Amino acid sequence: MAQSQQFKSNSKLEKVLTQGHFAVSGEVGPPKGTGAEGIREKGAMLKEYTDALNVTDNQTAIVRMCSLAGCTVLKQVGADPLMQIVCRDRNRLAIQADVLGAVALGINNFLCLSGDHQKFGNHPNAKGVYDLDSTQLIATLRQMRDEKKFICGEDISGDMPMFIGAAANPYADPFEFRVTRLAKKVNAGADFIQTQAIYDIDKFARYMELVRDMGLDKRTHILAGIIPVRASGMARYMKNFVPGVAVPQSLIDRMKTAEDKGGEDKKQRAEYGREEGISISLELIERVRQIPGVHGIHIMAVNWEEIVPVLVERAGLYPRPQVL
Amino acid sequence: MIKAKHKPIESIGEMAAPYRRVLVLGCNTCTAVSLAGGEKEVGLLSSTLRLRNAGKGKNQEFQEFVVKRQCEMEFLEEARELIQETDVVLSLACGVGMNCVADNFPDTPVLPGNDTAFLGLSPELGQFTERCVACGDCLIHLTGGLCPLARCAKRLLNGPCGGSEEGHCEISPDVPCIWHKIYDRMRALGQLDKLSVVVPVREWSMNDAIGPRSFVREDLTVQTGQGE
Repeated sequence: MAQSQQFKSNSKLEKVLTQGHFAVSGEVGPPKGTGAEGIREKGAMLKEYTDALNVTDNQTAIVRMCSLAGCTVLKQVGADPLMQIVCRDRNRLAIQADVLGAVALGINNFLCLSGDHQKFGNHPNAKGVYDLDSTQLIATLRQMRDEKKFICGEDISGDMPMFIGAAANPYADPFEFRVTRLAKKVNAGADFIQTQAIYDIDKFARYMELVRDMGLDKRTHILAGIIPVRASGMARYMKNFVPGVAVPQSLIDRMKTAEDKGGEDKKQRAEYGREEGISISLELIERVRQIPGVHGIHIMAVNWEEIVPVLVERAGLYPRPQVL
Repeated sequence: MIKAKHKPIESIGEMAAPYRRVLVLGCNTCTAVSLAGGEKEVGLLSSTLRLRNAGKGKNQEFQEFVVKRQCEMEFLEEARELIQETDVVLSLACGVGMNCVADNFPDTPVLPGNDTAFLGLSPELGQFTERCVACGDCLIHLTGGLCPLARCAKRLLNGPCGGSEEGHCEISPDVPCIWHKIYDRMRALGQLDKLSVVVPVREWSMNDAIGPRSFVREDLTVQTGQGE
């Protein structure tokens, strides 16, 4: 399958996708502090099981070690990082500067996001920047790469290899506009898409049908988002408090039923919940793989990173393809 | 219109405390419509401040006056003597009026009795909501007449973010997602095609990127050295 191709970057994820493999990306949440050891450990644990590892950018508007530093630490342990950039915290000067620095440090993958509103985080009175929106951020990165120009039109010196990604939420409203919005992101330059967590497969399948009708699956690589659920409480929390994540009540009930098998024993309940969570994730992975146009999965197992190797192996996605 | 509301009475009292003669100066235009700057509010606030002082042996006077617009010197003239005689002006105008008093009366301190909230409207009595950020570069022809800069919590220009749910914004079920409304309206108007175009990076130079803004209309300026 491998062939000599012109790649946009040195990204492993790009090569895996371009060569037609089913891709797997993961996620590492940086610490609320300076310790790099946790990132190194997660990177070392996950690098063999994924093609890229996202490092979140002040996720849910909570201050953490910056994505650029987290990505750099991941590089040190041989993982291929994916730098998330939100529009909430930085203006066009800061973002373009960070991108130059990231490319200089060998980071190839970027994900362009609006960012959760600052209201949700630990600095709710911060001024939201939103100088650019996520679609404009994609267009900015593409211009920096393809035209080697900043937004202002001035030239960038040096190479700009970048594999540019964006997010999509098939469950947000208005549903009919979601595919148009995806098309805008693809037109702006999104090489790949990582979706919000998929639980309602039927709705996602309808979304993908509209995606295929517009031919977008031929122009970008869509990775379906998987958030492994560890406990019914976590599912309930996501349903109620995490913006943009649609968790069906049936999933919460299923987790609860499994946990109840453990009776009053907390440990037993947690163990049953964990096993059910793994089963649910594996079912979801299997079902999204059947949907035409889905080119991979993006597993977001924040604070449960050790489950990623289990899922990838049990889903038959290990070993990961070796690409050059 | 400009919408404003009183600062908390405690903080007004504290700001005014060092001054003996306080001129509570209302404005009979925008803040009067906001029920925060007209004759009635000037009277009520002054009475409240007097009551707070009652029995404390405090020698503080609150004089009441309302001009038609504090943002125009023509109307502020009517209060000239009062302003020059008082120790401080407690303004119940918006920030524009307050600045106008300060610009024109260099010897008189000005205190803000109001917080200027936004450019908006009052859909129901007692409710106020923002509609315009005075960005200086109107774009609502692209968005069905509804402004995403004023009404989207992230000022997005290319459609609703992933937090839009059942017509409301991710920040609160009480806040409508304006992009959802824009979508519905553009569909009703048969203009959905406009929403599929990528809106490029915005030049904020007409907004807050250049410092204090001003503009000149040559057709209205008085030309010196011309006939007539």
